[in-house]
Amino acid sequence: MVALSDYLTVSAILFGLGVAGIFINRKNIITLLMCIELLLLSVNTNFVAFSHFSEDMPGQVFVFFILTVAAVESAIGLAILVVLFRRLKTINVEDLDSLKG
Amino acid sequence: MQNIGDVMTMQQVMFYIFSGLALFAGSMVIVSKNPVRAVLFLVLTFISMSGLWMLLEAEFLAITLVLVYVGAVMVLFLFVVMMLDIELASVREGFSRYLPVGISVSVLVVVALVSAVGPKEFGLEKVPAPAPYPVDFSNVKALGELLYTQYLYPFEIAAILLLVAIIAAISLTFRGRRESKAPNPSQQVQVRKADRIRLVKMKPEKTGEERESGSII
Repeated sequence: MVALSDYLTVSAILFGLGVAGIFINRKNIITLLMCIELLLLSVNTNFVAFSHFSEDMPGQVFVFFILTVAAVESAIGLAILVVLFRRLKTINVEDLDSLKG
Repeated sequence: MQNIGDVMTMQQVMFYIFSGLALFAGSMVIVSKNPVRAVLFLVLTFISMSGLWMLLEAEFLAITLVLVYVGAVMVLFLFVVMMLDIELASVREGFSRYLPVGISVSVLVVVALVSAVGPKEFGLEKVPAPAPYPVDFSNVKALGELLYTQYLYPFEIAAILLLVAIIAAISLTFRGRRESKAPNPSQQVQVRKADRIRLVKMKPEKTGEERESGSII
């Protein structure tokens, strides 16, 4: 029988992969967006697992909303990325320093 | 008894297949050199995680993840990755420099999370597995009843959020029609006489005397 902790461990490892990806690929904005998707996926898996094991349906409703927000986020992020590439001809994070941050 | 044991083993086998596939594909997402390949591995991650969601009896969300998320958002990613031509060399530099810190931070995160949610706290003894739903139970129906009654207002807000996303994405990337002949009012108002009329001083080609002499000859 698969325990709740097994699902939570898998999603924790997936979360760790997403964090590692943000550190490793810090030059490439597209890969950074993909790593954010990985993080959101692991959080959603936590929601679904808890919802199943505590027999609580609203947990799945929250996953529904998180999926919506994640889709919105990636759509706007990719739009910004396209505009940025049109202007600067690069997606290297180091070149995006016009705000002097 | 033997039959039930077989079913449970089957569930465990599916769990290990899907989670192993998801973790393999997830690690390939962050290490693969080619962004297109990374997106395809991300698709594989999503599909195997949707298999896990199936095991958790969240059928509607699992199918939504594949149809909507993989079918729309990941294809959007793929379009953008293929549209932009990125030099891979500049993007890859610093990979090995940040590798140690990335691995150490992620190991730290995983150890902290697993020590919080590990088998000691959420094992089968602490949280027993619920009885499976009866055959005629509809996940979609239960979810829809919640979504359209108790969570109707958040549902509407989510719809507005999607509308905002449409407007934002279009207005960010819309470049306007090139062949548009509409005049710009502020430019029209700012026009001065000097911009439009050019007074040219030039000599007449023939003087009056020459013309008269020419007519005599």
